[in-house]
Amino acid sequence: MIEVKSLSKTYRVSRRDSGLWQAVKALGRRETHEIKALDDLSFTIADGEIVGYIGPNGAGKSSTIKVLSGILTPDSGECRVNGRVPWKERKKHVAEIGVVFGQRSQLWWDVPVNDSFELLKEIYRVEDARYRRNVEELTDALELGELLRTPARQLSLGQRMRCEIAASLLHDPKVLFLDEPTIGLDAVSKLAVRSFIQKRNETHGTTVLLTTHDMQDIEALATRILLIGQGRLLLDGDFDDVRRVNPDAHSLDELAAALYARYGM
Amino acid sequence: MRSCWTFFRMRLINGLQYRTAAWAGVVTQFFWGFMEILLYRAFYAATPDRFPMQLDHLISYIWLRQALLALLNTYTFEWDLFTMILNGNVAYELCRPSSLYGMWFARTLALRVSRVILRCVPLFVVTALLPKPWGLRFAASPTAFAAFLVSLALAACVGVAFCLIIYFSCFFTLSSEGVRMMVLPIAELLSGNLIPLPFMPDRLAKLFHYSPFGAMTNAPLRIYSGDLAGPEMVEMLVLQVFWLTVLGLFGYALQHRGLKRLCVQGG
Repeated sequence: MIEVKSLSKTYRVSRRDSGLWQAVKALGRRETHEIKALDDLSFTIADGEIVGYIGPNGAGKSSTIKVLSGILTPDSGECRVNGRVPWKERKKHVAEIGVVFGQRSQLWWDVPVNDSFELLKEIYRVEDARYRRNVEELTDALELGELLRTPARQLSLGQRMRCEIAASLLHDPKVLFLDEPTIGLDAVSKLAVRSFIQKRNETHGTTVLLTTHDMQDIEALATRILLIGQGRLLLDGDFDDVRRVNPDAHSLDELAAALYARYGM
Repeated sequence: MRSCWTFFRMRLINGLQYRTAAWAGVVTQFFWGFMEILLYRAFYAATPDRFPMQLDHLISYIWLRQALLALLNTYTFEWDLFTMILNGNVAYELCRPSSLYGMWFARTLALRVSRVILRCVPLFVVTALLPKPWGLRFAASPTAFAAFLVSLALAACVGVAFCLIIYFSCFFTLSSEGVRMMVLPIAELLSGNLIPLPFMPDRLAKLFHYSPFGAMTNAPLRIYSGDLAGPEMVEMLVLQVFWLTVLGLFGYALQHRGLKRLCVQGG
């Protein structure tokens, strides 16, 4: 169960115009602006849901994921994941969640993927039998096979992403946060990742929070959609609610654009 | 502890992949040691009575330092960690159920130990076989040898605690370059990596001896040759524990503050 109540987080961004004189001026006094990444955000996610978390770039999606995974401390508000406050009980909290950042890598670059997995096994203290069972299961489901014996640097993006997802599930987390897991993947890999997430949810009851810009991911996976913009929750519904915004849209991207426009983004 | 062992195993596997680098390192360290010994010998030949250490003590000091260089120098960092802080992959490190400090300490120590294990054996074997006074002598006494081992372990930990402070300073400065450029040459000098501390002017030598850097290379190598013995030796071991605690606490506090203001930028 994930409970978020009036969460707020403000970032400081420094700004100046281009040019030498402006740069010299900025030495003395720097103009900083505050940007509200999260602005009184509240929602609740029940166990076993797959929630699509959408919004344009800079809406606060990643910030939310970072708060939920204990990396970022919010300015104010409450948040509990399985009864724990992520940034206060970080170690206990992260032992029970899995996170995939689509744009980052957790695998060691120049050793075979297997070695990275074993390191994670130690860090999460997964017992031998359970580890072997999980690796076997994940290898089957994600068709890893020989990939496990290949150094991460020699994998294609799609192959690597499959390994990254497996890496974040080695310790059987109950909750999985996926931050743009399909970014840059080809059609085949996207389909593989989607069907895997679906299956994992069905067989293990894993709660999934998924951010993405790919509306096809959302259509295929999400039983519920949260739309945020400028740090605020704008819509909480299912895909039909989104569809209703523009029933005539020719493509899913058009639909997303219409959705963002409808909420003034 | 277990993750330390895993990091160590991984680093060792990694290190074994780069055999050429290891051999090149051994040759360089050997050559460097010889040049240095020749230089000191020339000075000793001119005025033997004006030196603070006996020549054979000094030669053992040099060989030990060369053999243990990867463990005792101040500049062997786990580079991935700097990169991680810069590009935000540190986000993944924070999703692990262990403290960042513990994990990075284990990782850096593992890197250093695995490097030194690959490189020290040929140096020990060859220098032990060299004729007097060119070779590595036995430790002054069995007690000195035991104390040397303890002191070496402490020195390695003090060195790693120092590294961690540099890593965490990157949470504030982003680039490690400035800090490294300023601090490392000083640390190398004060820790006795360039010249043994007794060779410096008395008052400076004393000051450096009691600084955190004096608890690095300076400590185990002088205990080995019996240069620090009896109460001085015990004092040094206590000093090492003290500095390990202080550097550790400082690094830990720096991590704590750094993480509070950390925001991993970008989507």
